[in-house]
Amino acid sequence: MSGFEHLTPLILTVITASTPLLFAAAGELVTERSGVLNLGVEGLMVTGALAAFAGTYVSGSAIIGVLCGALAGVLMALVFAALTLSLLANQVATGLALTIFGLGLTSLLGSGFIGVTVENLPKLYIPGLSEIPVLGPIVFGQDAMVYLSFACVGGIGWVLARTRVGLILRAVGASHDSAHALGYPVIRIRYMATMFGGAMGGIAGSYLSLVYTPMWAENLTAGRGWIALALVVFSTWRPGRLVVGAYLFGAITVIQLHAQGLGVAVPSQFLSMTPYLVTIMVLVVISRDRLKIQLNAPACLGRSFHPAQ
Amino acid sequence: MDEHNDKNKPDDGRRAGAPLLEARGLTKAFPGVIANDTVSFIIRPGEVHALLGENGAGKSTLVKMMYGLLRPDEGELFWQGRPVQMDKPSTARALGIGMVFQHLSLFEPLSVLENVALAVPGKWNPKALRKRIIEVSTAYGLPLEPDRIVQSMSVGERQRIEVVRCLLQDPQLLILDEPTSVLTPQEADQLFATLDKLSAEGRSILYISHKLHEVRRLCSGATVLREGRVVAHCDPREETPGSLAELMLGTRIAPPSRASTRRTTPRLRVFNVSATSSRAFGFDLKDISFTLHGGEILGIAGIAGNGQNELMKVLTGETKLDHEADAIRVDGAPVAHFGPIHRRLCGMAFVPEERNDHAAALNLALTDNTFLTGFSKLRLTRGGMIRSRRTLEHTKRVVDTYGVRTAGPRADAGSLSGGNLQKFVVGREIMQAPEVLIVAQPTWGVDAGAALAIRQALIDLAATGSAVLIISQDLDEIFAICDRIAVMSEGRLSPPVPVAQATTEEIGLLMGGVHAPTIPPEPEPEQREAAT
Amino acid sequence: MIRLVPRRQRSRAMVWGAPLLAVALTLITGGLTFAIMGKPMGAALFTFFVQPLTSVYGVSELIVKASPLVLIGIGLSLGFRANVWNIGAEGQYTFGAILGGGIAIFFHDSTSPFLLPAMLIAGAVGGMAWAAIPAFLRTRFNANEILVSLMLTYVAVLLLSYLVHGPWRDPDGYNFPESRLFPEAGTMPVLIEGTRVHMGVFFALIAVGVALLLGKGLTGFKLKLVGLAPEAARFAGFSETRIIWFALLAGGGLAGLAGVIEVAGPIGQLIPTISPGYGFTAIIVAFLGRLHPVGVLLAGLVMALTYLGGETAQIEIGVPAAVTGLFQGFLLFYLLACDVLIRYRVHILIGKAAR
Repeated sequence: MSGFEHLTPLILTVITASTPLLFAAAGELVTERSGVLNLGVEGLMVTGALAAFAGTYVSGSAIIGVLCGALAGVLMALVFAALTLSLLANQVATGLALTIFGLGLTSLLGSGFIGVTVENLPKLYIPGLSEIPVLGPIVFGQDAMVYLSFACVGGIGWVLARTRVGLILRAVGASHDSAHALGYPVIRIRYMATMFGGAMGGIAGSYLSLVYTPMWAENLTAGRGWIALALVVFSTWRPGRLVVGAYLFGAITVIQLHAQGLGVAVPSQFLSMTPYLVTIMVLVVISRDRLKIQLNAPACLGRSFHPAQ
Repeated sequence: MDEHNDKNKPDDGRRAGAPLLEARGLTKAFPGVIANDTVSFIIRPGEVHALLGENGAGKSTLVKMMYGLLRPDEGELFWQGRPVQMDKPSTARALGIGMVFQHLSLFEPLSVLENVALAVPGKWNPKALRKRIIEVSTAYGLPLEPDRIVQSMSVGERQRIEVVRCLLQDPQLLILDEPTSVLTPQEADQLFATLDKLSAEGRSILYISHKLHEVRRLCSGATVLREGRVVAHCDPREETPGSLAELMLGTRIAPPSRASTRRTTPRLRVFNVSATSSRAFGFDLKDISFTLHGGEILGIAGIAGNGQNELMKVLTGETKLDHEADAIRVDGAPVAHFGPIHRRLCGMAFVPEERNDHAAALNLALTDNTFLTGFSKLRLTRGGMIRSRRTLEHTKRVVDTYGVRTAGPRADAGSLSGGNLQKFVVGREIMQAPEVLIVAQPTWGVDAGAALAIRQALIDLAATGSAVLIISQDLDEIFAICDRIAVMSEGRLSPPVPVAQATTEEIGLLMGGVHAPTIPPEPEPEQREAAT
Repeated sequence: MIRLVPRRQRSRAMVWGAPLLAVALTLITGGLTFAIMGKPMGAALFTFFVQPLTSVYGVSELIVKASPLVLIGIGLSLGFRANVWNIGAEGQYTFGAILGGGIAIFFHDSTSPFLLPAMLIAGAVGGMAWAAIPAFLRTRFNANEILVSLMLTYVAVLLLSYLVHGPWRDPDGYNFPESRLFPEAGTMPVLIEGTRVHMGVFFALIAVGVALLLGKGLTGFKLKLVGLAPEAARFAGFSETRIIWFALLAGGGLAGLAGVIEVAGPIGQLIPTISPGYGFTAIIVAFLGRLHPVGVLLAGLVMALTYLGGETAQIEIGVPAAVTGLFQGFLLFYLLACDVLIRYRVHILIGKAAR
């Protein structure tokens, strides 16, 4: 039993490391299912992270902070949507621009928040249940965002598979021409999906600055937005697999950090490389099967739509 | 009953009954073209009405306005006597208008059920919907499995989904845009039976086509469009195919003329080619063999998606057969291991089905598009640099010879109309004086004048002793200009037979996948000899 | 209500008009940003965008900063034309610097005239090698080159950090994470006495010239065609695989070259941070320059000015240098928005006419 007791804190940090990835990837999955490829997740997250941190600092409430983070993500996504959906800009280039802009904006605005600390998110505590060894703190001792992340993934899965809204979203991603011919407002639906992705990216960033680190630092996201993008490919656009992917990466991140802390005889830089290298490996393994990608990827992913005639 | 129906009535009022739908003075302009110019017509309850016109006459624009996909610049629509604003398709559907698109508006990765659900308003109830799909599809002889994924279905089956999808909404008016262009003759007959049944139930049908025999078989009224204007309202049953064609085209267009063919030596030989499709649910090619002679035109008929794209790729070299160089020979030389550039140097030329961004890059100038396929054969490079003057001169020759209407040889390919771009693409290949020309869908979506010019150009090329292979879904076209015909179905090719000995019915059966040949194939001694 | 009406033909005027418009809009936004920060708008803009150009030192620094941007931007523009999205130039730059710098560190007492050429070659090869990974994974396993090249950037930067903290740390450097200074023979010769303008300028100009030639040749045509109409490229018989390899190797090679030039030039040793984000800024340079070599040259100068202006503004009026990144983001946004004018006419409809 003592071995397990030792594991509990490890698992708890894995959850903390995985939650932001899960939020961001789940949002991007919805965006991509509507046929929009928003490569600016990194930009969404970093903006959300700063907005949440600043919001919490000013208001003293982490909930308001998270809302600020989500709102910042939505605004960033709105810029992306206006450029790609209304002005038909190239989605790849605009996604890059969103990231460059987000990093620039936050490093400018965030300079005043470096070194400041804020209140952490409260953890759930249910007398009795939360005290169960091992399982208690893991299942009943998390902050609200962790439960929310699972609820989001479950909800997205349910909506996509079982509801009319989800069907319409998938239809728009599968063929914008057919959806348009049936009278669905393709652009408006894509706006909504992109903004949802933005909100989720913002929340993911909030979790980083409020719980994971918890502080503000320039370039705080350190490539997690890109990893979230890779996770969407890894999941072959299915929400359920996203959980597996996000926790796999969370675990790798934490294990390499622990290994660094324990003074494993490998230079820390090499350990820090592992999440990035694993991302590449995972991409290769999943992408290798072209037919599988072709069958699962939204057919209109990244393509502009203009209802010309 | 409504007063405005009586003045402004476009036809002479022979038929009784208040109009179900009336269009009055519809006008729609796009940059550079007036697609519809004050178009008026009436559809009565229970009537099967034809909208006749050549490609580019404005039929699609007109129906898109009727279905709420486009807004007219001017003019009005009346539904059962009342003016209506067709602002979106759901308005049209709510009124009782259903539409079967020519380029089917289906979602390939979704199931039949999901595709239907997307067009049917109301509560989301998959169970009830599944039951209704089965009911309606059985009642009208359009069998469907609700849980199948569209991607795995044939074009004919897919069209059934669209029809059933409309019928579920109990439409008063069903619009079908060129529905038989994707069907075998037998499937078309089945569709006609369904349409007869619908008409007998009192539903109106607007049938858009340029196939005159179908219109005469089905329709009791017709509106003829030419260059965006209504040129006649008539009863197609009282017209002859000749008189209808004249109405549609404005002049009598003579069919392409063809002197007697002189078949010479074999120029292209294909032996036992098999290849796996790179698309999900695409058909693999299975043992394709045929011989193409100089001076002849061979037509390959078949429903879209039966392996024609795969065959085309194997012939162009986009799919190389690295270890079977002998599987394709041009004038005796093995070429199957070559890519497109090398094959062109061996005397082959190609026109793929899709002209937009496949045969030609729309965002590049015509000169660049000449360079695209001609750079090696026409020696348009020197030391890795593009010889722009030589390219320009050659482009001018193609434009002049084939009467391509364009702002100039440096205009973007995308600025040309479909027919002109197709003339350019076909002309570009023929001007390379190929020994073997392989063309897919030479006149797909092309206006009558351009279609005639293209067919004549192909015939003239064959007359010079070159061999021409046409892969086409248009049986009329194959019967009009080919010497022999073979049929592609589920990745197999039937043995070619002389066109003169083939009947539409037999070819239709082959297209539908009945492989037993009803016509004895002519013996091809060369093929056997070369195979050994 | 705004409606976009497709043009029948792309507007050639707008191809070059759009970036100018974007620069103008960035200036306006920049001015407003300064105003919000409580700085006098005109004076701040002057400090940021004009003052650096008023001294010989400023102009020389502009050239120093523009050189790597142009080198990398040229390479990226080749790939972007073919829709090969190499966004890991920063990593290729870093790995090029590691390989080239490694030679200087290994032969730190060399005086051979071949040392610098060897370093430059090693830098280019290093950049190519780093870019070859996404090229191989994309062509062989269909893995997205955007994500792979980006992930490798983090890896390269961490590798550099390891080297300067560990095996390559200057033994006489008081434990600072820095390599030894490169020997004289391994340093880029300075062109103009008293400035930092070095030989690297020539490499940038040569790259522009070669790219211009490529654009008029078969290779340029292939890149353009693969980007605009990949199906047509396949039909023409151009191998997509080869184009991807070419695009990534060219981009990686030039980025690697830029990296080694930078460490052998202005920096003179390996340190943990050898780039203020040149690899990412070069993406903007490529777009702003319309993926055209001469455009990239001009855009490189403009973007170099944003770096220089940021530094000047920080010193002169106390604006954080981070404002540079913000302006770069604005510029790219505006550019992408203005690009719509190339293909579409914008019709503004008011009131009833909107129906």
